[in-house]
Amino acid sequence: MSAAEAPILALDGASKSYGAVRAARGVSIALRSGDVRALAGENGAGKSTIVRMLAGVQRPDSGRVLVDGEPVDFHGPADARDAGVAVIYQEPTLFPDLSVAENVMMGRHPLGAMRRIDRGALHRTVAELMERLGVRLDPEQPVRGLSIADQQLVEIAKALSFEARVLIMDEPTAALSGHEVERLFGVVRTLKARGAAVLFISHRLDEIFEICDTVTVLRDGEVTHDGATKDLTSDALVRRMVGRELSQLFPKLDTEIGAPLLKVERLTREGVFVDVSFEVRRGEIVGLAGLVGAGRSEVARAIFGIDRPDAGHVEVDGKPLAPGSPRAAMRAGVGLVPEDRRQQGLVMELSIERNIGLTRLGALAGKLGLIGGGAEQSLAAHWAERLQLKFHRLGDPVGFLSGGNQQKVVLGKWLATSPKVLIIDEPTRGIDVGTKAEVHRLMSELAAQGLAVLMISSELPEVLGMADRVLVMHEGRLVRELARDEADEESVVRAATGQLEGVA
Amino acid sequence: MSAQAETAPPAVREDRRSGRQLVDTLIRAREISLVGVLAIVVLGTTAINPRFLNSQNVRDILLNVAIVALLAIGQTVVVVTRNIDLSVGSVLGITAFATGVLFADHHVAIPVAFAAGILFGAFFGLLNGAMVSLARVPSLVITLGTLYVIRGVDFVWAKGRQINAADMPDSFLKLGGDTVLGIPVLALITLAVLLVVGYLMSRTRMGRELYAIGSNPEAATLAGIRVTRRVLGAFVASGALAGLAGVLYAARFGTLDANAGTGQELAVVAAVVVGGVAIFGGSGSVYGAALGALLLACIGSALVVLKVDQFWEQAIDGFLLLVAIGLDRLLALRVAALLRKRSGPHHAG
Repeated sequence: MSAAEAPILALDGASKSYGAVRAARGVSIALRSGDVRALAGENGAGKSTIVRMLAGVQRPDSGRVLVDGEPVDFHGPADARDAGVAVIYQEPTLFPDLSVAENVMMGRHPLGAMRRIDRGALHRTVAELMERLGVRLDPEQPVRGLSIADQQLVEIAKALSFEARVLIMDEPTAALSGHEVERLFGVVRTLKARGAAVLFISHRLDEIFEICDTVTVLRDGEVTHDGATKDLTSDALVRRMVGRELSQLFPKLDTEIGAPLLKVERLTREGVFVDVSFEVRRGEIVGLAGLVGAGRSEVARAIFGIDRPDAGHVEVDGKPLAPGSPRAAMRAGVGLVPEDRRQQGLVMELSIERNIGLTRLGALAGKLGLIGGGAEQSLAAHWAERLQLKFHRLGDPVGFLSGGNQQKVVLGKWLATSPKVLIIDEPTRGIDVGTKAEVHRLMSELAAQGLAVLMISSELPEVLGMADRVLVMHEGRLVRELARDEADEESVVRAATGQLEGVA
Repeated sequence: MSAQAETAPPAVREDRRSGRQLVDTLIRAREISLVGVLAIVVLGTTAINPRFLNSQNVRDILLNVAIVALLAIGQTVVVVTRNIDLSVGSVLGITAFATGVLFADHHVAIPVAFAAGILFGAFFGLLNGAMVSLARVPSLVITLGTLYVIRGVDFVWAKGRQINAADMPDSFLKLGGDTVLGIPVLALITLAVLLVVGYLMSRTRMGRELYAIGSNPEAATLAGIRVTRRVLGAFVASGALAGLAGVLYAARFGTLDANAGTGQELAVVAAVVVGGVAIFGGSGSVYGAALGALLLACIGSALVVLKVDQFWEQAIDGFLLLVAIGLDRLLALRVAALLRKRSGPHHAG
C-alpha cells in the first residue's frame, strides 16, 4: 500500500438517512493531493450531506470515512479540523458579536506568555491573511453588519488560516462578485500547487469547468458519474445531474394571461432593496431570480406585510394594500409560502388537518367561536385529495410527512383561503425530484385557474422551466426583466451577478 | 496604524473604521453610562444628605455589594454562553449553612472552610452544568428546578437549626467586618475575583470561546469548540463563586439558617442585565455586571438615606431592569438600522 496514492480524504460506500429520506446511498468519493474535484448535482441531491460527513458534522449510517487511506471516526468537526480538513459552508457560520480576527482564529488565537492571547499578533496574522486574499477588511471590526460577501470572505480567511490539506467549499461563490470569485480561484490554485485536495460545489457550471480537474455527479443521493472534467461537455453534465428531460420536470401549461393582480410600485426598504416595481398578471407565473442575499425574500416579506417598507406601495386587484399588515394582505387575497417551511410555514407538532385549517380559523369557527373538528377535517380532506397528498391519517403530525408532502400542506393551507395572488419562496427546496415535478404541476394548474403566482427560486432550471417572465435582482435592485423566450441560463446569471450588457 | 493600512483607498477605510468605532463606542458606552448614572446617584444623594458618603455607609454598601457582585460575576460567565443559572441563591444559602456547620460541629480551620465552600458550590455547578449540557434541556428550567431542590435539601438538613456567631471563630467573623484602608476585606476579595475572571474572559482562549458559544452555538460547534465542556465549565465557575459567596455571607452575618440568600438570584440577574450583559449571550463583561450590582446597591442605600419607604426599592430595581433591557433593544435596532443604511451605498460602489 503506497501512501502517495491514497487519497487524503475519502468516503467509501457511505450512506446516510434522515428519517425516511435517504440523502446518500453508498457514496464513494476520493479527494487527492493536487486535485480540485467538483461535486455536482441538483439541490436535494445530497451534496450537503456528503460535505457534512467529510467535515465530521455527521457520521455515515454505514460506510467509512478514510484519511490517508486509513478508516477514521470523526466525532465532531474538531476531529476533522485536526486531520487538516477546512470547510466553507454555504451559509456563513460566524460569531456576530466578535471581531473579524477572532472569527478567523477562534480557538487558535496566538498566545503570548502564560497562555495570554497576544492581540497584536492576532490582528497582525489576520491582517496578513486578508492581504493575501486581497481584501480590505479591518480585523478589529465586529462581524455583525458585514455584507454576505464580506462574511464569506471571512470564512475563506478562516479556512486559509490553518494549513489545510483538504479544503471543502459548499457554494462559496454564491454571494461573491466576479472579481472576488477570481481571487478565490487564485487561492484555490495556490493551495492545489501546494498539494492540497479541494472539493468544490457550485451551481455555476462555467466555474466547475474553469477550476475543477475531476467531477463527481450526484443524483438522488447516488453517484451517477465520476471522471475528469475535460471529458464532459456542460450539456452532458446537466444530463447526468438531472437524469430526465427538462420538459418532464417542468410541466408548464399554457395559460391565458389577464389583468394585473399584484402591482408593486417603487417599493423600498433602506439598505435591503431599493425602488422595486413590477406586476404579476392573472394566470401568470413570474420568476424572481437572483443570488442569495439579493433581497428577493425581503421583497416578498414586505409585500405580505411582515416588514414595513420605507417607501412605495402595493396594489392587489386594483386596490391599495395597507403596509405592514399580514392580516390585510390575507384579507386582500395574498398568500405567502415561505422559504423555510419547517420554521415559518408549518407548525410541525400539529396535525395535517390543523395546519391546513390555520388560515381559515375564522370561517371554521361555529356560533360560539369554537372550532368543530368536523369542519376542519372535511376542509383538510378536500385539499389532501386535490393536492394528492401522501399521508397515513389527517390527524398525524405534519412533521411525519416527507419534505415534498409538507410543502403540499403549506400550499393547501393557502389555497384554502382562495387567494388571488400566491407568493412562493423556494417552492421545491429540499424536496426529492419526483415530488418536485408534482409541486411544479400544481403551480402550473393554479396559474391556469387564474391565480397570479410570484415564484422566488434559486434553482435556475426551475425559474427557466416554470416562469412566464423572469425578474432578476442584484444587490437589492431589480436589474433585468426577461420574457420566457429570451431568458436562458446565461442571461439570468449575468444579470444576477451584476454584469449587464449595455445597461447602466 | 501601519504603513500598509495607508495604501488602502482612504474612503473605504474610513467608512469601515467609523462603522467599527460606532459599534465599539456603543458597547463601551454601557460601562461609561453606568459610571455616569452611578455618579448622579451618589452625588445627588450626598447633596441632599451628606451622611450618604460617610465611611460607615460606604462600608455597608461595599459589604452588601461584595456578595451580590460575586454572584453576578459567576452569572455573567454563564449568561455569556446563552444560559442562565437561577440556583445561585440556593447554592449560596446551603454553602453558608455548611460553613456554619463546619465551624460549629467540626471546628475546621478558616482556609479549610473557604476551600470546602468553593468545592461545595462547584459540585452544585457541576450538577447544573451536567444536566444542561448533556441532557440539552434549557438551563432556565434545570436551574429553576435545582433552585428549589437545593433550598429544600437545605431546610431538611437544617431542621430549623440556627447557627450563631458564638459557634464560629472570632477571626472568621472579624474577616466579615474588617477593612483595609477603609475598604472591607470582603469587597477586596470580590475585586480580586473580578480582575481574575475579567482577565480570563477577555484574554484567554477559554474565555473567548465562551463568548463564541453564546454568539452562535452552531458555529461554535463547527469551529471545533468543545461546547459541552465549556458550558459545563461555566456552570462550575458560577457554582464555585456562589460557594465562595456563601462563605463570605457566613462571615458577614454570623447568624445562619436555611433561609440565607433566598431570592438573591433575581437581584443577581437584574445586576447582570443592568450591567449590559446580553441575556441572549455573546456580549457584555464581568466589569459591567459588577458595576450593575454596585449601582443597584447604591440606589438601595440611597433610598434608606433619603428616608424613602424601602418597599420602593424593589419597584425601582425592576424599573431599572426594564430601562436597561429597553435601552439594549433600542440600541440594537439603531445599530441595525445604521448598518443597513451604511451597507446600502457601500454596495453600490
